[in-house]
Amino acid sequence: MFGLDKKDTTMLLVVAIMALFAPFILNPFPADSAMAQFNAGYPDLMQRFVIFGIFAIGFNILFGLTGYLSFGHAAFLGVGSYSAVWMFKLLSMNVIPAILLSVVMAGLFALLIGFVSLRRSGIYFSILTLAFAQMSFNLAYSVLTPITNGETGLQLTLNDPRVLGVSQTADGSIPVTSLFGLEMRSTYEMHLGPWLFQFNAGYYLSALIMLASFYLAIRIFRSPFGMMLRAVKSNQQRMNYTGLNTRPYTLAAFVISGMYAGLAGGLMASMDPLAGAERMQWTASGEVVLMTILGGAGTLIGPVVGAGFIKYFENIFSKINDNVLHQWFAFMPDGLEDAMVFIVHPFIGKGWHLTLGILFMLVVIFLPGGLVEGGQKIAAWVRKKRNKGSDDTTTKTEPAE
Amino acid sequence: MGILEVKGVNKRFGGLQALGDVNLSVAENTVHAIIGPNGAGKSTLLNCLVGKLIPDTGSVMFDGQSVLGRKPFEINQMGISRVFQTPEIFGDLTVLENMMIPCFAKRDGSFELNAIPSVASQTDVLEKAEAMLVDMNMADKRHMNAASMSRGDKRRLEIGMCLSQEPRLLLLDEPTAGMARADTNNTIDLLKQIKDERDITIAIIEHDMHVVFSLSERITVLAQGTPLVEDTPENIKGHPKVREAYLGESA
Repeated sequence: MFGLDKKDTTMLLVVAIMALFAPFILNPFPADSAMAQFNAGYPDLMQRFVIFGIFAIGFNILFGLTGYLSFGHAAFLGVGSYSAVWMFKLLSMNVIPAILLSVVMAGLFALLIGFVSLRRSGIYFSILTLAFAQMSFNLAYSVLTPITNGETGLQLTLNDPRVLGVSQTADGSIPVTSLFGLEMRSTYEMHLGPWLFQFNAGYYLSALIMLASFYLAIRIFRSPFGMMLRAVKSNQQRMNYTGLNTRPYTLAAFVISGMYAGLAGGLMASMDPLAGAERMQWTASGEVVLMTILGGAGTLIGPVVGAGFIKYFENIFSKINDNVLHQWFAFMPDGLEDAMVFIVHPFIGKGWHLTLGILFMLVVIFLPGGLVEGGQKIAAWVRKKRNKGSDDTTTKTEPAE
Repeated sequence: MGILEVKGVNKRFGGLQALGDVNLSVAENTVHAIIGPNGAGKSTLLNCLVGKLIPDTGSVMFDGQSVLGRKPFEINQMGISRVFQTPEIFGDLTVLENMMIPCFAKRDGSFELNAIPSVASQTDVLEKAEAMLVDMNMADKRHMNAASMSRGDKRRLEIGMCLSQEPRLLLLDEPTAGMARADTNNTIDLLKQIKDERDITIAIIEHDMHVVFSLSERITVLAQGTPLVEDTPENIKGHPKVREAYLGESA
C-alpha cells in the first residue's frame, strides 16, 4: 500500500492510529484521580509530541543515514518560526502560507549553511554547524532586532498590517491562527464518566503533517537516494572511486532535514504565534540529537519515539514535586517517608534532567541502537520463549558437533 | 597510441623525488603490470592516474583526454575504475546493495536525486547487480552484510563492483596483498576470466611475481621513481638490470 512494502505499511498504520487516538491513549487516568498528573493528553503537549517528532524525523534523515552529526539544527527551527510569525503579521492568519514560507526559508538557510559546513566531515562539520547556529542565535537575539524583536521575541500586535485579514478583531483583540477559518486553538472536550478527552484542531493538523512527513521519510529511506546516503556513511572513498559525487548527496540530505526543521518551527508558531531567539540556542540543537539517539538513530520510528519520550519527561516528570512525593510515600512510617522523599527529590521536578541524563547514559551503553533496539530485543526474547515452548524437543535432540 | 598515456610525470614530496620523468603507455585490451621494489613510486603513480594526487609536471591522458585536475569521481566516470590494496567496499550495506551502487552510478551519473521511487522498483539496476553477483560467484551471499565476509570475498565483490561500471581501464593496486595462497589463486583465475571475457584494459601493481607473470602481457619495472625497462614477461624475467634492481634484492 502507498508504494511501501508490508512491514513499512504496518508501521505507518500503527503510527497513524497512535496519532489519531492520542487523546485517548495519552489520557488513561480519570481527570481528578491522583494519577491524573501523568496524563499527557492535553493539546499543548500533544502538539509538542508531534512537532518535535517531525523535527527528529528530519534530523534522522541527515544523521541517521549519512552519519553527519549537525549541532545546529535548531537554527532552522527558529528560522521557520520567525518566517511563520512574519507571515501572520503581514499576510493572513491562515497557517498554510505561514508553514510554506517556513519550509522554504529554512531550506534556503540550510542550503547556505550546508554548503559551507559540508566542506568538512566528522567533528569539524559538527563544530561548523554549531558555530553557525550560535551565530544565528546571537543575530536573532541582538543584531537583527528589527526582524526578530530581540530578547522579547517576535509577537503579534494589535496594529499588524495584515493584508488578507484584519489587524484586530471586532472586540479589539489579536486574531488567532486558523486553517481556512478553523481555529487552531479550538478544542472539543469529551466527558466520559470521570475521564476527560480533548480533541484539538491544531493537534490534528500537526499530526496529519507529521504522518505525511513520516511517510515521506519512509520513501526516502527506501529509495536509491537513501541507499546512497547510507553508502556515504559507510565509505566515502569508495563513493568517490565509484564515480559518485558525495557533496550534492550530503547537501541534499542537509537541506531536506533543514526543511523538516523549518516545518516543525512553522507549525510551532502556528499553534502559538510567537518566536523567540532561545528556540535557536545550542541546547535546542542538542535536544534533537538526544531524541534521535535515544530513540534509535538510523531507524525510522526511533526519532518519533525519542521525541515523545523526552517531551513527556520534560512536561510530566518536571511537574512532580515534594508534595506529590509525600502523598506517594504516605503509607510509610514518618522517618522513612522523609528519607524516601529526600532520596527521590533530586530526580524529579527541576531535577528531571538528571533522570533523563541517567536514562540516556543507560540507553547509549546498553542499547546503542536506542529504544528501538530495546523493543527489538524484547520482541526477540518473547519469540524465543514462545518457540521454546512449542518445539522444545527439536532443540534438545540436536547433536553436538 | 595506448588508451593510457603518461608523459614526463614528476612528483616531489618535499625533498623526495617520488616520480622522476615517468613515461608509460598502456595499450588497449592488454594486461599491463607495474612492478618495482618498495618505495619505487608505484602507488604514487597510481594515485596520479586516479586524481588522488596531481603531478608537479607532465601529462596523463586517458583515451585522448587529460585527467589532470579532475576529481576522482570525474575520472571514474570517464571509465577508470580502481581496486584498492585493502578492499574498499560499503561494509554496512548488504552485498547486493554494494553491487547496486556502481550500477546506479553507471546509469544516473555522479548525482541523482532519486528520492521517491523505492530501490525495489529499479528493476534494471537490480537485474544487472544480480547478474554480476552470479558472474562473481557470490549470489548466495547477496543478503549478507559486506563487512562480515572473508577478505577474498571482499576482494571479489570489489572487483565485481568495478566491473559493473563497465570501465575501459581497470586499475588494480596489489589485489592479492595479504591473501592466503588459495585466495590468491582464485583472484588470478578471476582476473584471467575477466581478461578473456571482456573488452577491458587492466593495469596492475603487484608484489607477487607469481601473479604478475601469470597475468600480464607487458611489464614496466619502476625503480626509484623512474621506469627502468618495459618489456614482455619473458624478457623481464631474464633482464640483468631488473635482477639487479628488484629480483636480486628480494630473492
